[in-house]
Amino acid sequence: MTRWQDLLEKYGKPTPWPYPIRFDKEQEVEADVLIIGGGIAGCWAAISAARTGVKVVIMEKADTIRSGSGGPGCDHWCVCPANPHSKVNPDEWAKFLVENPIHAGPAPKEPPKFTYSNGIGTQIQCREDWDTLVEMEQMGGKIRDTGDEYVGAQGRYDDKLMFSPRMSPNNTREVTVRVWGTTFKPALKKECLRLGVKIFDRTMTTNLLTEKGVQGARVVGAMGFNGRTGEFLVVKAKATVLASAGSNSLGFLNMEQAGYTTFPGSRTKTGDGVAMAWRAGAELTLMEMTSPHGLGGGLKHTWYGGSSDASFENIQQVDGNGKPLPWPLQGWPDGGAMGPTPENREKINKGIQDGTIALPFWGDFPGMKEVERRVTWDLMLGEESTTLNITRSYEKAGFNPAKHYLMNFNYIEGTSPSHWLNGGMGGPIIDWDCKSSLDGLYIAGESQFFAGDHSYAASTGRYAGRKAAAYAAGIGAGAVSKDQITLEKARIYAPINRDNGIDWKELHAGIARVLQLFIAEFKTESMYNIALQGLKEIEEVFVPRLYALDPHKLLRSIEDLSLLTHAQIVCQAGLARKASSRMLNFYRIDYPQIDPPDWNKHVTVKLENGKVKAGSAPTNYYGNLKTNYEAHNKDYKGVYKKK
Amino acid sequence: MPKKEVYALPNPISPGNPIFYDSEKCNGCNTCVQVCQVDVLIPNPEKGQPPVVLHPDECWYCGCCVNDCPQGAITFNWPLQQRGYWKDKKTGKVMRDLQ
Repeated sequence: MTRWQDLLEKYGKPTPWPYPIRFDKEQEVEADVLIIGGGIAGCWAAISAARTGVKVVIMEKADTIRSGSGGPGCDHWCVCPANPHSKVNPDEWAKFLVENPIHAGPAPKEPPKFTYSNGIGTQIQCREDWDTLVEMEQMGGKIRDTGDEYVGAQGRYDDKLMFSPRMSPNNTREVTVRVWGTTFKPALKKECLRLGVKIFDRTMTTNLLTEKGVQGARVVGAMGFNGRTGEFLVVKAKATVLASAGSNSLGFLNMEQAGYTTFPGSRTKTGDGVAMAWRAGAELTLMEMTSPHGLGGGLKHTWYGGSSDASFENIQQVDGNGKPLPWPLQGWPDGGAMGPTPENREKINKGIQDGTIALPFWGDFPGMKEVERRVTWDLMLGEESTTLNITRSYEKAGFNPAKHYLMNFNYIEGTSPSHWLNGGMGGPIIDWDCKSSLDGLYIAGESQFFAGDHSYAASTGRYAGRKAAAYAAGIGAGAVSKDQITLEKARIYAPINRDNGIDWKELHAGIARVLQLFIAEFKTESMYNIALQGLKEIEEVFVPRLYALDPHKLLRSIEDLSLLTHAQIVCQAGLARKASSRMLNFYRIDYPQIDPPDWNKHVTVKLENGKVKAGSAPTNYYGNLKTNYEAHNKDYKGVYKKK
Repeated sequence: MPKKEVYALPNPISPGNPIFYDSEKCNGCNTCVQVCQVDVLIPNPEKGQPPVVLHPDECWYCGCCVNDCPQGAITFNWPLQQRGYWKDKKTGKVMRDLQ
């Protein structure tokens, strides 16, 4: 018996809610440092803050043991140029990455004149990623081939570290370490508990507390509720680290398709952090950037057919007749390139249309050397995020990588996939302490603009945690506003007080549809304005009809409110950028000139006294990476000495 | 035709069976309930029995429940539309997960 309807048949009535209902209960705790989101960035922030001796609290929507984008696993520890086998200088590598944001493979002949990369996060990652990985090993994470399973694999060294071709054509750089990331998250939670971090699992953070409730004032904690019991939680904190997820499900109409694409991730990724930072008055950047999702070209659960994912880095792709494709070379010569060059893309498009290249494409597992095939199938696909089940399921169904090609979903739906909007790469603008424009609010991992992946989350979390702890050590508690708490409780519990109306799935689809209709490929001022009107109507007419049956569905409903806020910010930021930009995938019909020099800048938006205020910052506002990093980290102690 | 009570119920949730429990192996420890990122599962009202898949439509197939089950009692079940294709390199025969 595993299904809800089986219980219905057995007992003849619905099963009672399995957890105590506590909508009318409230808990209040105090902390030096509050961490919002206990994923990879959040756990690292908590650990590094707690190691300085301050009192740390985590609020986590799921359970810290496996939560977050990197919770299930991780196969690549990327951007790790300070490792002992690296052939590049960490500072030079950071500069290179910032200037070449699409950086897999050989360096381009001419670097672009500007980019929107996050120089601060990239420099932190380049300087501290190796130290972070060493600490991961100290905590019990597996980062070496200790069982000698892959002796003879390319990129394996005597100290049993293994390197990926990613960004390292023919082992010329050695900047990406292959890791057994399924071991990481339980080890991180264990270390948090060992250090006395107080963890509130299954607790969604819904809004920040600001000093005296004033927008734009110092952040002094946060509020939220438990998705099983409904109990309200207030955490008063001297410093807060925002380490929550992106808003990847923003443009998806149908929640039952949660497993459909590569990067939306789970439903829990609803951009709550950015939405609450916005309401508190933080200045955000790059919020106008959204990206389309192809439905065929990124199926998460079939993606190891070669769909633009790094774990497929070492497999030659062939066409429908077994002919090798010009892309991906997928291997050591091209540094595991994840995308074709523009010339090769054009060649493939043309070949498909004139019949010289046949669809579908396939990954040639049988053509690989035996040890390399095992590295890809068993190690990389076994350890990467959600894919261990996938390989096991395929094996049970009869797939044998020694005999069978695996389908690659690229190009199968044509060259112009439908626009299912991804929530973009925006976030609060940060300084060299990873501090937002608000005092007391620090930003880590996916909450940062233009964030990277697992190791980015780990190293920026670790960094933001120690900076937040230092701030907290030198300041008193802030003044919390009772009115702010009362207003938030009214907002949060409204859906539970209704027993009919509109449910969270329909509201989500309604928000997504506004974006799909009015801010997809063709953007104009009038279309943005219709979108904003549509979202305002949802806020004023349909949100007051939102109802939830239990604490779980209440949590989903409040996530929708984050997405609604997020959609409104995307529109406001889009209106503020009156120019088109290739790198931002942002094309204004009413401002067709691509990347005019005056607009090569961050466009920022924030709320001031409830009104939207646009601003700007230079693309390289963070200045010289090496000089600034060193000036802000004179006291950095390197790898933690376990006590 | 089997005699079966027919009730007035709405359409089943779809996809409705992201995982199957082996009730012989499952001891009701609820590790899967703990590790689920989206809180898809709830404990069974009867102690020692397999948990209940209450919100199958919210599953994103991360597999933590399957990977972390101490008893190896959970089997993954791909929704039909997610099942990929492969091809025998020698014979050219195209195949698919038909479990």
